[in-house]
Amino acid sequence: MSGRRKRYAVLAAAAALTAVAASLASAAPMKNASPSATSATNGVLDIMGFGPGDEIANTRAEIAEKAVGARVNNPRGGFSDQTFLAAVASRDVPDLVYIDRAKVGTYAARNAFIPLNACIAKEKIELKQFRAATLAEVRFGPRIYAIPEFTNQRTIIVNDRVAASAGLQPRDLSVTNWAKLRQVNRQLLRKDGNKVTRIGFDPKLPEFFPLWAKANGVSILSKDGKKALLNSPRAIAALTFAYSLIQDHGGWGPFKSFRDTWDFFGAKNQVAENQIGAWPMEAFYYSTLAQNSPGVQITGLPFTNRKGGPITLLTGNGWAIPRGAKDPGLSCKWIKSMTRWETWLAAAKVRFNAQKARNRPFTGVYTANAVADVKIYEDVYQKMGRADFDEAVKLLVQVQRYGFVVPPTKAGAEFQQAWMDAVTRVLNGQQSPRAALNQAQREAQRAIDRAN
Amino acid sequence: MASIATKQVPGPLARARHWARGWRERETWVAYLFILPWIIGFLAFTAGPMIASAWLSFTDYSIVYPTQKVGLDNYRELLDDPKVTTALKNNLVFALFSVPGTLIVALGLAMILARVRWGGGFFRTVFYLPNITPPVAVAILYLLLFNGSVGIINQGLEAIGISGPFWTTDPKWIKPGLAAMNVWSVGGTMVIFLAALKSVPQHLYEAAAMDGASSWRRFKDVTLPMISPAIFFNTIIATIYAFTYFTEAYTAYFGAGTKDNQSEAALFYGIYIFQEAFVNFRMGYASALAWVLFAIIMVITIVQVKVGNRFVYYEGNRK
Repeated sequence: MSGRRKRYAVLAAAAALTAVAASLASAAPMKNASPSATSATNGVLDIMGFGPGDEIANTRAEIAEKAVGARVNNPRGGFSDQTFLAAVASRDVPDLVYIDRAKVGTYAARNAFIPLNACIAKEKIELKQFRAATLAEVRFGPRIYAIPEFTNQRTIIVNDRVAASAGLQPRDLSVTNWAKLRQVNRQLLRKDGNKVTRIGFDPKLPEFFPLWAKANGVSILSKDGKKALLNSPRAIAALTFAYSLIQDHGGWGPFKSFRDTWDFFGAKNQVAENQIGAWPMEAFYYSTLAQNSPGVQITGLPFTNRKGGPITLLTGNGWAIPRGAKDPGLSCKWIKSMTRWETWLAAAKVRFNAQKARNRPFTGVYTANAVADVKIYEDVYQKMGRADFDEAVKLLVQVQRYGFVVPPTKAGAEFQQAWMDAVTRVLNGQQSPRAALNQAQREAQRAIDRAN
Repeated sequence: MASIATKQVPGPLARARHWARGWRERETWVAYLFILPWIIGFLAFTAGPMIASAWLSFTDYSIVYPTQKVGLDNYRELLDDPKVTTALKNNLVFALFSVPGTLIVALGLAMILARVRWGGGFFRTVFYLPNITPPVAVAILYLLLFNGSVGIINQGLEAIGISGPFWTTDPKWIKPGLAAMNVWSVGGTMVIFLAALKSVPQHLYEAAAMDGASSWRRFKDVTLPMISPAIFFNTIIATIYAFTYFTEAYTAYFGAGTKDNQSEAALFYGIYIFQEAFVNFRMGYASALAWVLFAIIMVITIVQVKVGNRFVYYEGNRK
């Protein structure tokens, strides 16, 4: 072989090896992730899902950063399943994740998070301060996999002007008496041909289906998360009724198309423009209304069961420690500091002052820590001088104690997808509530059985 | 002439020998060195992951759980999975709307541009712009333009006395709406047609005109045969795109903040693969789904090539 030819051969061999190595590297993530050996954090706490935010987030982060004595690396953006899975696959997990509590069960079941019982004991985190419903969302048997943070409770927002225009009182929009609500819905809605120009009562389907089922006395999942209960007669009745409120508007097409035109976060939102009579909504929206359209007149009502008892679906985020985190002890310190009532109170004070400086109302901060909520309401909150918003804030504080959650399940995402798909099929007129929920029951139970 | 007619096509073994002999030439080595970066990229980022996913399709890989081999279970499961049928039907219906729609509109625009003598470059750019618009923005535009209550499409239809459907929410109209929006981005296809149209020899049109051929006859008997390779190419590409359609539908119906938008009418196969992989963490099953899609597209493409070759005119070499 000539020298030149030999050089080409060597080059070709090197290229082939490089290609094979690169190819193998690309396939490397398919190996099972195993907990990596813990090592020092080098003074940096990597957090996923908790980027720099508003005064509440930033103030608490500053307090927690001092408490742990480490620099915090918290890139922008919320928790992303894809990013987290990529991190797990490459064995470079963050030290902490800030995650939707509904997702905690799915990851805990897959052994991706460590139980926090030891952390709770070591740092003396007072679980008694936390609302039972929020803890239920992150508990698997005796193990707790996350510490709850914010809560987002649901109440009914009534547009007083629209109610008055139909000669109704805000309390007439209560969801206790379904027959009456149907009648009021028909009274309030407006149509122009086949187009909707005002929604009477928006049941917020598909997201709030668990709330309607609870209002009719049933849960859609057993407490242990192992049995789907989607097609019980009461759940079917709940969906049938909630859907009837949409049918009164001419069906999902006109209803949704009209709803999509709203300036939801703007000054010309659906309340300001009298495009809706009432609807159940998360707590944050009172703040949106107060800031963006202070001229509206609203009434907050509790969502109730059919006997008149208040209920609310609680959701929110929590803090969890991934398996393989470099220093779980340090992560635990951060969690404790972020969820203490003292930290919440300090953050609420900063928010209050900031809102005052902006000449905007302060509508409260709602957390999974019951002590924090009371302290904030008693020590920081000041009446706005607007009876409707002041009453709404009082309601938001009170209603927390009637909160419930959809129990955690190992097949959380698939379970949610099953019932969401079912409700969507009903909304689209593809299936009856019974047929849709029967199918969802089969799909959900199959997913749960597979996960267990 | 006789020698041409009896010329034998070399067999695979002869072709392989010929290829191997090429390695004795320095130019062959140099040529391969030049394309080496691409080869490395292909092996690392395409072939490698493909081989990995083929293996994963026979496992229950979920990243966080220990992986078990499951044999053909994933493939058996997808045969009974109603969502697979739903998703494939959605892709098929979308393809039936979008492929002809894309080809017809792109060819129409290209024919207009081929005749434009002034400002052609400007309009070419204008028609191509949607192609470089991010698909996420296109999805948002789709929701705005096709809104059943206030969308400009329905306003336009109303102006001519037609009551438009609820495009974005009615399951019967979601796919036609998405296909119509897809036609908005025909710039790439149009450019290929334009290049093909410009390469049609003018003397063919002149000869046809002298024979008294009408405009339609000139289009049917001169233009279409001469640009048939471009039509063939664009048909295959548009079909593959229709079966791998993802971003716009995902953004509009399944992305962040779209919980009340979700509709099985918009559940395309690619979206279902994504959901199984990155929402339900069933990477093994998602890999099996991906390989089935690969096989389906491969079969469709082979059929298209076999059928297409009967109609495609290759200048100087009838295939």
